[in-house]
Amino acid sequence: MSTMTETTITADPTVPMIRMSRDFRATPAQLLRAHTDPELYARWVGPDRTVTQIIVWDARSGGEWRYVSTLDGQEFGFRGCFHTVGGDHIVQTFTFEGMADDVALETLRFEDLGDGRTRLHATSLCDSFEARDGWLASGMETGVNEGYAKLQALVDGDDV
Amino acid sequence: MTASLDHAFAALADPTRRDIVARLATADATVGELAEPYEMSVQAISKHLRVLERAGLVSKTRDAQRRSVHLEADVFDLMTKWIERYRKEAEARYQRLDAVLAAMNQPAHQPTREEHAS
Repeated sequence: MSTMTETTITADPTVPMIRMSRDFRATPAQLLRAHTDPELYARWVGPDRTVTQIIVWDARSGGEWRYVSTLDGQEFGFRGCFHTVGGDHIVQTFTFEGMADDVALETLRFEDLGDGRTRLHATSLCDSFEARDGWLASGMETGVNEGYAKLQALVDGDDV
Repeated sequence: MTASLDHAFAALADPTRRDIVARLATADATVGELAEPYEMSVQAISKHLRVLERAGLVSKTRDAQRRSVHLEADVFDLMTKWIERYRKEAEARYQRLDAVLAAMNQPAHQPTREEHAS
């Protein structure tokens, strides 16, 4: 079995957007189902070691969604709206309840590559560069603020 | 907090500037040396360098008579680490999705006699 291309990612320099793409051995219909069936979605959204509980899930244009991820006893809530659920694309909003006023607009497009493969094109448009870069840095152990502080120090030429 | 990271990403959006950064990763160079391989004036290269400098990615150093450009590797590393970490998390998520999709490809589950008999 040939190796599938790994996820590619770009942080757009002119708008606060993250773009990703990834190929899957599945049809667009299967990818749509994996994104809209709550039982399936909860199985892969992750991250690893988290348990995802779907609270509200109305996967149709104009519907809403909410889930809670539990990691080491801590709960993180996420919510948003399914703006459009089409045959080969989903447009939705995404909010981390810990920063409830920050809303990202996400577009998922499923491009049929033929031979049973589909390319997922995902964009996430944040409402500020700070929010976007916060998401990019969110995986770091140091946390966003420490990361920014360190970056600022580096840019300022201080010793870190 | 700061717009530093945006400046850094914006600075690297240009292919000439990405190329300059790649060359400075090997060794410091003067503006003249950096301009040589391009069909570009020293002034145009200087403009690119000002963008990189403002983003904190390069600095100018002066040793003896030589005024050279130096790559601030720490800033560059931190940026790429952030992106790579985020990418790896996305890739892990999509590998879980691979597994879910593979399970969907299996033939539908046929109930056994035992399950019918409940």
